[in-house]
Amino acid sequence: MITLTVNGQMHEVEVDPDTPLLYVLRNDLELNGAKFGCGLGQCGACTVLLDDKPVFSCLVPAAALGTRKIRTIEGLPAALPAAFETEQAAQCGYCIAGMIVRAQALLERNPRPTEQEVRAHLAPSLCRCGTHMRILRAVRRAAEAMGGGVRDVAEQTP
Amino acid sequence: MTLGRRAFIANALVVSFALGGRGLAQGKKLPPSLAKTPELDSWIRVGSDGRITVFTGKAELGQGIKTALMQVAAHELATPFASIDLVTADTARTPDEGVTAGSHSMQDSGTAIVNACANVRALLAEAAAWQFAMAIDKIALRDGAAHAPDGRSVPYGDLAAALSLQVDAKPGMPRRADGPRLLGQDLPRVDIPAKVTGGAAYVQDMRLPGMLHARVVRGPSDGTTVKAADIAAVEKMPGVVKVVRAGRFLAVVADREWRAVKALHRLQAGGWERTAAPIEAADLRETIRRLPAQDMAIFDYGGPPTPAEARVLRARYSRPHLMHGSVGPSCAVALWEDNGVTVWTHSQGVYPLRRALAELLKLEPAKVRCVHVEGSGCYGHNGADDVAADAALAARAVPGHPVRLQWMREQEHGWEPLGSAMVVEMTAELGADNRIVGWRHEVWSNTHSTRPTTAGGLLAGREVEPPFTPPKPRPIPMPEGGGARNGNPIYALPNARGTFHFVEQMPVRVSALRGLGAQMNVFAIESFMDEIAAEAGADPVAFRLAWLQDERAREVVRRAADRFGWAQRGMRNNGGGEGRGTGFAFARYKNLASYCAVAMAVRVDRDTGEIHVPRVVAAVDSGEAVNPDGIRNQIEGGIVQSLSWTTLESVGFAKSHRTSFDWSAYPILRFPAVPGRIEVQVIDRPGQPFLGAGEASQGPASAALANAVADALGLRLRDMPLSPTRIRAALRPKPADARQAAG
Repeated sequence: MITLTVNGQMHEVEVDPDTPLLYVLRNDLELNGAKFGCGLGQCGACTVLLDDKPVFSCLVPAAALGTRKIRTIEGLPAALPAAFETEQAAQCGYCIAGMIVRAQALLERNPRPTEQEVRAHLAPSLCRCGTHMRILRAVRRAAEAMGGGVRDVAEQTP
Repeated sequence: MTLGRRAFIANALVVSFALGGRGLAQGKKLPPSLAKTPELDSWIRVGSDGRITVFTGKAELGQGIKTALMQVAAHELATPFASIDLVTADTARTPDEGVTAGSHSMQDSGTAIVNACANVRALLAEAAAWQFAMAIDKIALRDGAAHAPDGRSVPYGDLAAALSLQVDAKPGMPRRADGPRLLGQDLPRVDIPAKVTGGAAYVQDMRLPGMLHARVVRGPSDGTTVKAADIAAVEKMPGVVKVVRAGRFLAVVADREWRAVKALHRLQAGGWERTAAPIEAADLRETIRRLPAQDMAIFDYGGPPTPAEARVLRARYSRPHLMHGSVGPSCAVALWEDNGVTVWTHSQGVYPLRRALAELLKLEPAKVRCVHVEGSGCYGHNGADDVAADAALAARAVPGHPVRLQWMREQEHGWEPLGSAMVVEMTAELGADNRIVGWRHEVWSNTHSTRPTTAGGLLAGREVEPPFTPPKPRPIPMPEGGGARNGNPIYALPNARGTFHFVEQMPVRVSALRGLGAQMNVFAIESFMDEIAAEAGADPVAFRLAWLQDERAREVVRRAADRFGWAQRGMRNNGGGEGRGTGFAFARYKNLASYCAVAMAVRVDRDTGEIHVPRVVAAVDSGEAVNPDGIRNQIEGGIVQSLSWTTLESVGFAKSHRTSFDWSAYPILRFPAVPGRIEVQVIDRPGQPFLGAGEASQGPASAALANAVADALGLRLRDMPLSPTRIRAALRPKPADARQAAG
């Protein structure tokens, strides 16, 4: 039996101790946000927050987490998802939950990042559809909604 | 002759609709999708609650097709967008519209739905005319109801009982001409909310009661097989329900997903071997150029013979094998019951897949149901169909239990069919005034579609005993073309001819990758046009316009150039440490679909060979723009994906296997390297046919990049990818760099 704290709620799950967190989130807690992309920490589709830092849930054994605080997109405030919807920042969308979770970590730590910092921060997350420009716009919009803002923006707002 | 009331109504109908302002007649023949499935109730049903269900044989792939088709239906039926429900590709419910590919969805399904709706609108008006006992030309349809001039109205739902849609669509029904236009509006996509909140949005997210998890066991890539595995030991592993064998097909079913993964690793532990002939080179474009080819003419524009004093320019362009690279590995859920199977799949073609699965499983097609559920973006023929077959075979071994089978990352990278490597050789003859007087386009390529229609087209079909034979690869004929797609230039060139050297033998497994041969052919034509313009001392945009007669093409070129500020783009700087340049390119996809022009600014670091793209401007004409933001999204995405292909990507091979097994071995563009900004101008053409935008920008974007790099550095790179290694090698030819660049 493993105990996990996800989105403020404590869960007890019966899984093999070597099970990566991703599989527990998806299959035991039935949370869809974190996705299997590579199982190697190369693509970011499985990103969740562990004590406010983005981690690849495909690489973290669930049994190692103890009482640490896990957050998934399902437990995040509305600012980023709403901004992504407003900017229509998705094509297939498979990468988007991971993108949003990663962006949340940045904006909590630094409400006024530069565009370069945003890009560097999002670098571990892959998008194959080429939705990057919209994702950057959505992060910018969310940063403003959260009381901050992205500085040194490369793109003029149309 | 006495005119019955019905005849009067029919005549009045013709009169009233013929008077419509924007209501263009729809032609004398039904559009192809509707001709194949003409029954109106196959496309549209009106519920007594007023909800309207629209059926399409096309699938949502993240291109926003659901929303665009719902917009079309709501507009044509004069009903609120929110009253439309859409059912997408499902062999039990929707028309057979083949595969969702080739930027055909709006053209095929959009046009079919417009015409079906025009028929239904006439029938709704007729039903209301009966109810109100008045001439049909007095009836106005709006907001989901039929209205009479005296103020009476009846909602569509109340007309549903009197409405029979079990009739064939008639050709030539006019489009809706009155009321507010829902087309051309940026309606938010209906699929996005679930995708940005962690809702269930993908086949990967399906959880059916009693569902088991499976993994398929294979070697590292096509042409390999795993060696004997310790099946007895794996069957004793905790949670393993069954090891499934059928000939060389091997899969494992477990109660929990991670246990299936662990069992997979155990089954692979015995190693693998190559069963096909060795792969002869790390990069196969020269192999494709050299293999025996079947030559076919792809265009001949005629024109006067070349004068004897003409100067000849030649250039050779190439691209390596490319990968679709879906971020989510392919997945399917299958349920075997009552001697039949249901497969939830992200295949682009549920009907062709059903035929292939029926043959593989020795079932009547009626006993196989394929239901499209979204997956990760595919960009062509990736692992979607193969994994559907894998899941169906696994499910057959555990009847009554739904089985979810997802490929691992290395399986998607290793087994997905690649986009073919290609070589293009161009020749132009220039007259004394530097005008083009002759043009030759020769292109070498494997096929660009091995999409499964039979069991032999599926990986599992080749593994079962006895194995099914893969179908013979075929070229796709022009005007669409496969390897020859867009080989015919849009420019009005004299004495221009093209040849497609179709290479049947496939050194590695290939199939449809977004745009097929268009990306390579447009890259070659548009690079070559710049090379000729430079030879002639002409401005690249002015030079193109001089050879372009199609007015819509000219407007797209001018719009992109104007928005970019091409005329004021400034002098290039190719003397210092950083080269700055601008590039332009244009194409009309397949020469019969969307027009797209791309202007691009680049900075190239001469020391590292890295390319930065501060700014891109594109202009696109996709005919009538149903959802302009959807078009912008597709064009932007196509540009970024194309920049990734063109600057970074190349599938590598060892003699025994494909070496691009994950994102470290096959890097794609990440955030720090994407353009500073991209602006897309959509030129709307109300009343013109829908042209589709999914594949319009890849060719122009890759050529604009090559042209900008040539402008920045004063040297021309003709072999993709324009990687830092190749750029460094071109700038400072050194033996070490030159060897790397060849790889």
